[in-house]
Amino acid sequence: MLAHGSGGKLAHDIIRNSFVSSLSNPVLAQLDDSAVIEAGGRLAFTTDSYVVQPIFFPGGDIGKLAVCGTINDLTMVGATPLYLSLAFIIEEGLPLNDLKKVVSSIKEAAKEAGVTVITGDTKVVNRGTADKLFINTAGIGTVPAGLNVSGHNARPGDRLILSGTVGDHGIAVLSQREGVNFATELNSDCAPLNGLVVEMLNTSDNIHCLRDPTRGGLATTLNEIAEQSSVSLRIDEDKIPVREEVASACEMLGLDPLYVANEGKLISAVAPEDAEKVLKQMKKHRYGRDAAIIGEVKEENPGRVVMKTGLGTTRIIDMLVGEPLPRIC
Amino acid sequence: MKLVSEFRQHGLADGLVRSIRQHAQKPARFMEFCGGHTVSIMKSGLRQLLPPSLTLTSGPGCPVCVTDNTDLDKAIALASLPDVMVASFGDMMRVPGSRSSLQEAKAAGADVRVVYSPLDALSLAKENPDKSVIFLGIGFETTAPTVAASILQAVEMELKNYYVLSLHKLCPPVIKVLLDSGEVNLQGLICPGHVSAVIGSSPWEFIARDYGIPCVVSGFEPLDILQCIDMLARQMADGEARVEIAYRRGVTREGNQTAIGIMEKVFAPASARWRGFGEVAASGLKLRPEFARLDAEANFDFNPGPTATPKGCLCGEVLRGVKSPGDCTLFRHVCTPEKPAGPCMVSAEGTCAAYYHYGEKDVR
Repeated sequence: MLAHGSGGKLAHDIIRNSFVSSLSNPVLAQLDDSAVIEAGGRLAFTTDSYVVQPIFFPGGDIGKLAVCGTINDLTMVGATPLYLSLAFIIEEGLPLNDLKKVVSSIKEAAKEAGVTVITGDTKVVNRGTADKLFINTAGIGTVPAGLNVSGHNARPGDRLILSGTVGDHGIAVLSQREGVNFATELNSDCAPLNGLVVEMLNTSDNIHCLRDPTRGGLATTLNEIAEQSSVSLRIDEDKIPVREEVASACEMLGLDPLYVANEGKLISAVAPEDAEKVLKQMKKHRYGRDAAIIGEVKEENPGRVVMKTGLGTTRIIDMLVGEPLPRIC
Repeated sequence: MKLVSEFRQHGLADGLVRSIRQHAQKPARFMEFCGGHTVSIMKSGLRQLLPPSLTLTSGPGCPVCVTDNTDLDKAIALASLPDVMVASFGDMMRVPGSRSSLQEAKAAGADVRVVYSPLDALSLAKENPDKSVIFLGIGFETTAPTVAASILQAVEMELKNYYVLSLHKLCPPVIKVLLDSGEVNLQGLICPGHVSAVIGSSPWEFIARDYGIPCVVSGFEPLDILQCIDMLARQMADGEARVEIAYRRGVTREGNQTAIGIMEKVFAPASARWRGFGEVAASGLKLRPEFARLDAEANFDFNPGPTATPKGCLCGEVLRGVKSPGDCTLFRHVCTPEKPAGPCMVSAEGTCAAYYHYGEKDVR
């Protein structure tokens, strides 16, 4: 079912029950954004597939998304992204010009991030067996010796720093989808985050955890960190930056910005003594201008994410369950 | 005007909470009719601010939830017919019928499309002339006018392949049934905001007049709801019962006459089956005879099969306000949003889903 691909609970179940259990090994079992392996130095290796619909959206397209998404996965384990592979599955009938546009944004995004596309593949399938264009990627980067950034490393007391507004990508894409089409000036936040992370890692040796909250949104990623690190997270609703356009669109569609996808944001757990200086450095970077400390890591009730609401009350933030579907009334 | 953040400021909330505490000293139960209110209440943690004397109970105001299994089975059976495309609002997809859901039917090959408006279903009909496109008309007075407009437009466009399965429901008749049953003892009713934007606040006046229950129409932001609760508490403290509007930016006493006019032109009141309530006279909307050609129920030969409800599911009782999700043995264990036993766990407006996501666990 489609919901198995939503990035939420069902997606987790399928990963754990169908893949990790059969293909299990210590590297895969980490379930971080990239695998880190020893191969004459430490390498980070990741793969991803991109099936966004529509393939062109405000602020990007499937090509930029594929490059940025892969780079960001490498970056979230502290790796310096170096090489990408790209495989295209093209539906018969895709206009050549569309493909050219996608390739040109791949080139641009790779240039910005300083990575090289070194291998690729192309398949064309019958009309109807794919939706315009799917892209599969792999990415390789090097991890500096001694660096250990992982979803497992959040520690009680750490501050949670979010790099900017949430929900921009999901709402920008949704605004273009057939049948929704609401007018908005909103652009996807799709961006390579390696530059920002370099600045962060140069500022502090106490960055314990980095994650990019893509599908499933910030809420799901926070739950993953809480589970992986066996800690609880407390966040403050008023501190989470949300654009007014995103908040309004979510209100109209019955969605929650905390569960809407991002493609150019990261959440980080940083030791309390370094949090302010990391935040200050992030705010200087173009992809961290709206960064904010949104909460902290706690010891009690491991696995749980709790939010102080705008009204001053508290509630639990769960993982995304199923595909978020706009409501009736 | 900032459309969202202005309605979520705590300075304003504090004043309302103080006033509520002052006026709601006697034990009282208020019902929020609408599932949208339940979600907002749970999501904002608003109940933590109320005095212990005040209980909020969720009502039947979730169109997906009150759709009976017999009607769901019809929709699924229609979707499984050859050359039929069913267009539905997203939150119907996962609702389990007697044997399957629309989502499962889709995975098994049925052509089911999620649309955001019935007008999108019209476009689907236009683009797919070789298919019969059936729109699942599920919703209250809020939704029915746009569905009626799509029917009028289909007639004007001479579209021969557009149909509506009208499962629409009207809110005032079911509240009457709920109050007449005597199962719940209410001291105040938080009246639906979007429904009242269409029908106005006057249809609730019988509740204040005949049952002596204070009624306030509320918006959906936490501050709207706090203001509404405060107005109810003040009426209660003063020993009064009347209909007030806390949602002035959307609701008038008379309602939206254009929307009402379109709805009445296309639909006539008819008996309807509600989950938890059974058959309620004049609580549904049927296509008028002049639009019979667009009535899916009358124009397709389909077999929904026998109706079954999952054993132990308390959705019906939850919708009547006599049970809370926590009373249900399936809640959280057998019934989860991933594997829902009943609709209240599926819908974005469902009481069980709201309690599952936002409440009933110690959060301190």
